[in-house]
Amino acid sequence: MSDFRTPLRRVRGLGAGGGTEHFWRQRLTALSNAVLITVFVILLLTLMNDSYGEVRAAFANPFVGILMALMVVSATIHMKLGMQIIIEDYVHGGTKLPLLILNTFFAIAVAAACLYAIVKLSFGV
Amino acid sequence: MSDVKSARPLSPHLSIYRFRPTMAMSIVHRITGAGLYVGTVLLVWWLVAAASGPDAFATASSFFGSIIGQLILLGYSWALIHHMLGGLRHFAWDMGYADSKETSTTLAIATLVGSVTITVLLWLGILIFG
Repeated sequence: MSDFRTPLRRVRGLGAGGGTEHFWRQRLTALSNAVLITVFVILLLTLMNDSYGEVRAAFANPFVGILMALMVVSATIHMKLGMQIIIEDYVHGGTKLPLLILNTFFAIAVAAACLYAIVKLSFGV
Repeated sequence: MSDVKSARPLSPHLSIYRFRPTMAMSIVHRITGAGLYVGTVLLVWWLVAAASGPDAFATASSFFGSIIGQLILLGYSWALIHHMLGGLRHFAWDMGYADSKETSTTLAIATLVGSVTITVLLWLGILIFG
């Protein structure tokens, strides 16, 4: 594929590039979110009045742990992509790049903390 | 970088457009998305508390069970449902359906009505069966 951006545009990392991949991943994770988050909400409703022991017992089920982990990965990728669009639409100049970096770090931090907790709950350490 | 900002024409912005349901739901889709983004810290708190032990879990549970906690969860559940319905609308458009002027306006209103209805039913269910 030929690249229609000028060398200056390319070096600044602005303009079209990777947009189709961004669009596609946003849709793909939207689809998986619709399924996985619905499952998660149902799980929350069943755990609503449960004791600590019962919540721990629910996570001992491998399906719960695996579905929760998939939900966290899918949701954090989706929200990173969405917030990136918001930043790119409204923030210009010197603060844009730091915010884009923060956005990525935040999404990864949320994912890491959730996945650590899910693994710990699932293996009962 | 040019600093000339004087008499150059600007592209039209929000203030120039007439209010339309599609435009409102587009804005709400973005706002609910941003809200859901920030609210993931609640998910982190709940999961990490559950993984930490009974004391931390009790603290988190008492917060989510409090009036403020319940109001936050009510708002969060509405944002989630609204954003999900909005996303389904986007799927229809992406596949080339429902994008006429009339249908998209009807769908925009249906998204709001649907999200409020499902949220109310969900919380009525929680109140009655919870």
